[in-house]
Amino acid sequence: MVDPTTLTLNHFLLLGAVLFAVGLYGALARRNAVIVLMSIELMFNGVNVTLLGFSRYIASSAPLLGQIFAIFIITVAAAEAAVGLAIIIAVYRDRKTIQLDDIHLMKW
Amino acid sequence: MTELFTTIGFYAFGLVAVGGAVGMVAARRLVHSAIFLVASFLGVAAIYLLLRADFLAAVQVLIYAGAIMILMLFGIMLTPNQLEDGGRAHLGQKVGAALVAISFLAVAAFSLLGTKWPLAQTLSEQPTTEEIGRLLLSGYVLPFEVASVLLLAAMVGSIWIARED
Repeated sequence: MVDPTTLTLNHFLLLGAVLFAVGLYGALARRNAVIVLMSIELMFNGVNVTLLGFSRYIASSAPLLGQIFAIFIITVAAAEAAVGLAIIIAVYRDRKTIQLDDIHLMKW
Repeated sequence: MTELFTTIGFYAFGLVAVGGAVGMVAARRLVHSAIFLVASFLGVAAIYLLLRADFLAAVQVLIYAGAIMILMLFGIMLTPNQLEDGGRAHLGQKVGAALVAISFLAVAAFSLLGTKWPLAQTLSEQPTTEEIGRLLLSGYVLPFEVASVLLLAAMVGSIWIARED
């Protein structure tokens, strides 16, 4: 279990899980599309903390693999943010709202 | 002694990261959310430094606290009058979201803390930037090039989607 005085892998895993959970709450509870996008970035951050923790603390023959993985996650997150905001701006231009409740053209 | 400072730093910066995250999802005004998110990103960058990921910490500050936050601020400012209507009508959604998040946290904490990880005996204290650069241009050169194609596709795609008519 977690010993509070010396840092272990568990500290970083828990921090990553907490960041991911807060981001998950934001993505589900907020209704402004930009805030939802920011919450998703927060979830990416939680995942990256977990990966870097594994990269540092776990015995491996490829010690920097976790950091390389995190670099590619950041790359994909940047691409996702750009495309997501483009979609939000296109929706706003068309419908004058980005409240997710009001965007229900394809809702059954 | 340095270990004590590292532990204190972990709790301080972890508090900044989590506090910024909570402030981001709780703030009513969108720009306040963005500022809280910058604080969270910077706290996470400091956590990366504690994990001896110096290159990733720099990338975190440049890409997340810099570029992505600028994008988000553009998103907020190009979509005016989008404050959420406060409160009670959406209480059910908030309770449901909190339930999902808390149960995720419980499952994740249970499984992560319950697993016996094959821990390394000695921790490397070497700077990583040089080695990451070498790896990206040798062993991982194919994903590196594919990532550049992905970024190009995302750039062209977002310009195409967001253009005027």
